[in-house]
Amino acid sequence: MADVTLRKVVKRYDEVEAVRGIDLDIADHEFVVLVGPSGCGKSTTLRMIAGLEDITDGDIMIGGDVVNDVPPKDRDIAMVFQNYALYPHMTVAENMSFGLRLKRYPKAEIKTRVDEAARMLDIVELVDRKPKQLSGGQRQRVAMGRAIVRHPKVFLFDEPLSNLDAKLRVQMRIEIKKVHQKVRTTTVYVTHDQVEAMTLADRVVVMNHGRIEQIGTPNELYHKPATRFVAGFIGSPAMNFMRCWLEDVAGKLHVRLSDRISFPLPPARAARYQSVGRDEKLLLGLRPEHITEASAHPEPGHEEFETVLDVIEPMGMETLVYFTLEGAQICGKVNPNVNAQAEKPLRLAVDLNNMHLLNEASGAVI
Amino acid sequence: MASTVVIDKAAPTRTVRYGSMSRDRTWALRWSYFFLTLFAIFSLVPPLYMMITSLKTSAEISAATNPWWVFHPTLSNYVELLTSNQFLTFFRNSALVSIFVVTITMLISVPAAFALARMRFWGSATLATGVFLTYLIPETLLFLPLFKMFVVFSDFTGIQLINRWYVLLIVYPTLTVPFCTWIMIGYFASIPKELDEAAIIDGASWFQTLTRIFIPVALPGIIAATIFAFTVSWAQFLYPLVFTTSTDQLVMPVGIVTSLIKGDVFAWGQIMTGALLGAAPPLIIYAFLMDYYIAGLTAGATKG
Repeated sequence: MADVTLRKVVKRYDEVEAVRGIDLDIADHEFVVLVGPSGCGKSTTLRMIAGLEDITDGDIMIGGDVVNDVPPKDRDIAMVFQNYALYPHMTVAENMSFGLRLKRYPKAEIKTRVDEAARMLDIVELVDRKPKQLSGGQRQRVAMGRAIVRHPKVFLFDEPLSNLDAKLRVQMRIEIKKVHQKVRTTTVYVTHDQVEAMTLADRVVVMNHGRIEQIGTPNELYHKPATRFVAGFIGSPAMNFMRCWLEDVAGKLHVRLSDRISFPLPPARAARYQSVGRDEKLLLGLRPEHITEASAHPEPGHEEFETVLDVIEPMGMETLVYFTLEGAQICGKVNPNVNAQAEKPLRLAVDLNNMHLLNEASGAVI
Repeated sequence: MASTVVIDKAAPTRTVRYGSMSRDRTWALRWSYFFLTLFAIFSLVPPLYMMITSLKTSAEISAATNPWWVFHPTLSNYVELLTSNQFLTFFRNSALVSIFVVTITMLISVPAAFALARMRFWGSATLATGVFLTYLIPETLLFLPLFKMFVVFSDFTGIQLINRWYVLLIVYPTLTVPFCTWIMIGYFASIPKELDEAAIIDGASWFQTLTRIFIPVALPGIIAATIFAFTVSWAQFLYPLVFTTSTDQLVMPVGIVTSLIKGDVFAWGQIMTGALLGAAPPLIIYAFLMDYYIAGLTAGATKG
């Protein structure tokens, strides 16, 4: 059990800077997920914590000790790889106990630990099998078991669920969460899947182009994204962005999307955006769930407009509607009972209490 | 522009008029069986002829009868050869040389290949290519300089190497080590990188990663390399011909030729018998290790 600290960590490969100065504090027992698109430096960061990559600059501390030049085996970490990396010539039990056997633990102790981990992961009946006799999900459990038996200070997961099919992924996600709730080991988990990030993490670190865009709890990232990248990356379907600018109409602040459409801002929002320049190029960010069908009794802050739908996607518990606004494709979520039809007009409402206003040039959320 | 692309794409899909996949396959199979049979005959006739000849007496060999048939079969060639001390000495020398050479080769080339495949150090890629290039230098080019080197060596140290069977333990690895290292680099490179990373995180040293993970996982490759090294050292002719001369120091290929050909007298029956018996050990080794040779042990290491 230990905390992990990264101070201005840089990784440079010849000319390319994969990680450009990262500061991160991970508390003891915390489950932190690094998420971002491919090439954002998340895996490199994890591998630097593991010691599999040298760091070009900065400091990495595990449990308060700087480990920059400590080899992986002395960092007391365990890692689970995307492709499992099980030793093919060893049985499940041998795979799990390999690290302990190298460290010459007593046989009884090894057996207790392997049994304990096998029970926790529900693979007791598999311990005598070879990896090739196991399914993908079982192999991933063994890989986790190999990490658990070591009782390390930190667990590192490198996209462990990417090789599994969708159904198994959801199941294993829950398993990983259960394991963490039981053993409470500090965990750093890398994924490109924002759903995995949101569901597993105590805190999510969103990375892009080798930098941290934002660190926060899943709820913070969802409701208070700091940048356009985070706003667009977290949430599915993604947040809609519409070009807009602010204007004063009869003493009230309005957000204008087009010649045709302009909405008055609710008082709280109006006060917040009062200082924004009226000629600044802005983006209105609205999540699909905040673009819904118009109701007979509109709530305050809900503004209505009519549009012709391009495509509808019935999902069962909701229906996604797509339409075009000033050249941008917008997605909304309506009640499946609403008679939404493609190429037919529908009256929709936007919930401006949950709007985000972004600077178009910088991408910063105002 | 877009419309022309569509037309281009549509054209070939309409003109499917050649036979089905299975008919193509049938013809491919017929041709491959034809050539395989041809090749099998081509390579099996010489040993068959050797076996026929080995069962004949000298008189029958020189008689003008059908050479493909044995009229008076005899095992006398086998008996004479197996009871002659000379032949057994050749066999012992060959076996000793081959076993030692295989051991030396493996002890050098497996760690070398591991280092070249995994421990990225300055110049490792160049070195790997260099190792292979040395294999391309023919022995006919090397034997004179090597001979000269051994002469100079014994002039300086007084240690006689020429005409001792163990000189071959120094000479043969120049053939086997580069090639075995090269094929082991290939095998080691095919092992997923995560496997050694997992081992390193589990606390294994480089040496433990090699012995506990790489060698067991790459066993088919190691066996392939072993077979190669054994075959090369068992069948080598030029080097032993050059470096050993006394009858008690000769290995089998050279021994058979020098002791059974006396001037212009060829003891054909015994030559053929000796060659056949000499071919037996590699055959037996192939037969036993073939399954290992083919089996892929990496299955199940990663997703696949």
